[in-house]
Amino acid sequence: MIAPPKPDLVTVNVDGKDIAVPKGTNMIEAARLASVEVPHYCYHPKLTVAGNCRMCLVEMGLPAVDPATKTPIMDPATGKQKINWMPRPTIACATNASPGLHIRTNTPAVVDCRNSVTEFLLINHPLDCPICDQAGECKLQEHSTAYGRGYSRFVEQKNVKPKRTQLGPRVTLDDERCILCSRCVRFSKEVAKDDVLGFIDRGSYSTLTCYPGRKLENNYSLNTVDICPVGALTSTDFRFKMRVWFLKQTPSIDTESSVGANTEVWSREGSIYRITPRQNDAVNDTWMADSGRILYKQVKAADRLVEYSIEGTAALPAVALAKAGGLLRAGSVAIVGSGRSSVEEQFLTRKLAEYLKAPVTLVSRVGPGDKILVSADRNPNVRGALVTGLVSSLPAQQLTELAAAIDAGQVKSVLSIGEDLTAAGLTAAQLAKVPVVYLGTQRNATSESAQVVIPTLTVFEKAGTFVNQQFRLQKFAKAVPGPAGVADDLATLAQLITAAGGPTLASDLGALWAIIAAEVKPLATVTYANLTASGLLLDGTPWAALPFVEGETLHFKPASPVAASA
Amino acid sequence: MPYVIERKPLTLLERLYIPQIIAGMRVTLKHFVSPNVTMEYPEQRPAIPAGYRGVPTLVMDPNGREKCVSCQLCEFVCPPKAIRITPGEIPADQPDRAHVEKGPKAFDIDMLRCIYCGLCQEVCPEEAIFLQNQYSMTGFTRAEMVNDKARLYELGGTLPDEHFKWDKKKAAAEHGNAH
Repeated sequence: MIAPPKPDLVTVNVDGKDIAVPKGTNMIEAARLASVEVPHYCYHPKLTVAGNCRMCLVEMGLPAVDPATKTPIMDPATGKQKINWMPRPTIACATNASPGLHIRTNTPAVVDCRNSVTEFLLINHPLDCPICDQAGECKLQEHSTAYGRGYSRFVEQKNVKPKRTQLGPRVTLDDERCILCSRCVRFSKEVAKDDVLGFIDRGSYSTLTCYPGRKLENNYSLNTVDICPVGALTSTDFRFKMRVWFLKQTPSIDTESSVGANTEVWSREGSIYRITPRQNDAVNDTWMADSGRILYKQVKAADRLVEYSIEGTAALPAVALAKAGGLLRAGSVAIVGSGRSSVEEQFLTRKLAEYLKAPVTLVSRVGPGDKILVSADRNPNVRGALVTGLVSSLPAQQLTELAAAIDAGQVKSVLSIGEDLTAAGLTAAQLAKVPVVYLGTQRNATSESAQVVIPTLTVFEKAGTFVNQQFRLQKFAKAVPGPAGVADDLATLAQLITAAGGPTLASDLGALWAIIAAEVKPLATVTYANLTASGLLLDGTPWAALPFVEGETLHFKPASPVAASA
Repeated sequence: MPYVIERKPLTLLERLYIPQIIAGMRVTLKHFVSPNVTMEYPEQRPAIPAGYRGVPTLVMDPNGREKCVSCQLCEFVCPPKAIRITPGEIPADQPDRAHVEKGPKAFDIDMLRCIYCGLCQEVCPEEAIFLQNQYSMTGFTRAEMVNDKARLYELGGTLPDEHFKWDKKKAAAEHGNAH
């Protein structure tokens, strides 16, 4: 890999402190590097600069040079180059750092600017924080505490605007709260590539609206809710459900595709309320797809498997595991692994397969990639199966080989790890021929006909790692406890190996990673604890020749020409 | 180290015993005719001083409408975590309240946990929760000691309102602020 060229650094002075920043950094980011916060609403690091909220006004100065000779003018009092301060404040978001740039963010003039901008923004603001979902994470609320005057001088009537406009199936607009920052407009145009939002009318009549006849219904619409600095755009799903200060944040990974968007799971007392993106500039910036945000609903879905059962009758966990172990011990087992299992589970599945000398197949899920944050491969961890050595080739969509083996009577039992075999091409007649051990979270046709059903946990109820399409190893943490009585997936697999007569393996992440690091060469230096939040890029060259199905997405270009042309 | 206290010998009057009985009877007779200081609880109830912190209750505005908007600040501030609220949306088909948008679907105060600190009343931005005069909460089961929304409104009743915040909001909306 060629290292990117070192960015040119320029020295700027923020509140009297010199700091070197990359050239082209704007003043807000330069100040952030100097640990100085410049309040802003419309500026967003991942969007173009609009410069319309005026909250980031700062004082700016440049080193003085003689216009004729271009020589620096020195200040005799200090012996340094004189600074020409601009007579008026400048917006920090739209001014880039240049050599010797001086910024003052704490002068009375700057504070006065912020106070005045805040007062103007609050003139027509409804101040309905008690019922506003944004309260607690609202920039206007935060900056009003810092720069508001605490009472209103506005004696005229406030503007009244519609309070619950449906902009689309998932987004509700409260027009009164909107401060017209245009972040949502820019996001729709620049990132979602669906330019539906815009402002109409002038002055205090200005209103955010959709293009006539269109709706904000693209798969990225909820990102506008995330970036809205006030409570104007709210998620219809999360609206009035819970105040954000009660919610605990847990870092997680979006499992809807191999992009592996980094997410934050917000839960309270074992219930998940929403999923939002977590910034990872190498994977998903600050965005994620709407379809990944509703995945938490599977946790409390009606079809959730919560009890161990043998032939449809509830059984004790130990009895069900012993029965499954007996089936596996009989030999001629076929294992259907999963590209949705974590790296650790796939490693344990490999150990089980090695012990039983059972063939392992995976089921692929392919859907159209949207070129942003949903890739064509809808399994989050197919590359994890390659890295751990569970499989050596890419999975097929139909289990034709397994079907043929069952028909030929070569298979005595099938272990399915979360895969619906009926959906993967096995007929009911074929399934009736062999006893199936099913490990999964949701009920489906396979679990209905399976001999032994062992419930497992969803991604929100366990910890582990996934390898995304970039071969980036990313970890997710446990957000909520699993259903009562359901064991952790690693424990279940380890017990299954023991029940099948195999060795006793560690089932906690720390101890298991020591084994994984020892046995899996690409992961030799990794432990779960030292894996950072932004993930670890593994070397994917051993698998570069495989025809991966992914097309181009944000921060990902397919290496294989087969996929690029598809 | 032990030491001995000399007991004073009794005087003649003390040895006679009668004057002591008379002195005792005088105290008894004095209380016989003096006014009562106790009351026949629970038939009689004491007058509750203003500012008393009794059982927390939810109150309605003078128009009989729910004041709570389920902002959950009381739930957040409650030191013993006695309050539990399930927020909900007020449907658009209620013309007098639809503009409030949000109200509690369920509101439970566990009186086995409540410490009567009054922080919920202090924090309430809508003046919807008050610690009123009720001071005696009894029950045979734990479930009985949890006041649900209906019971809280029954205990709270209606209190006078100085602000009529939501009526003003509605009037402003009807006015429309035409320029």
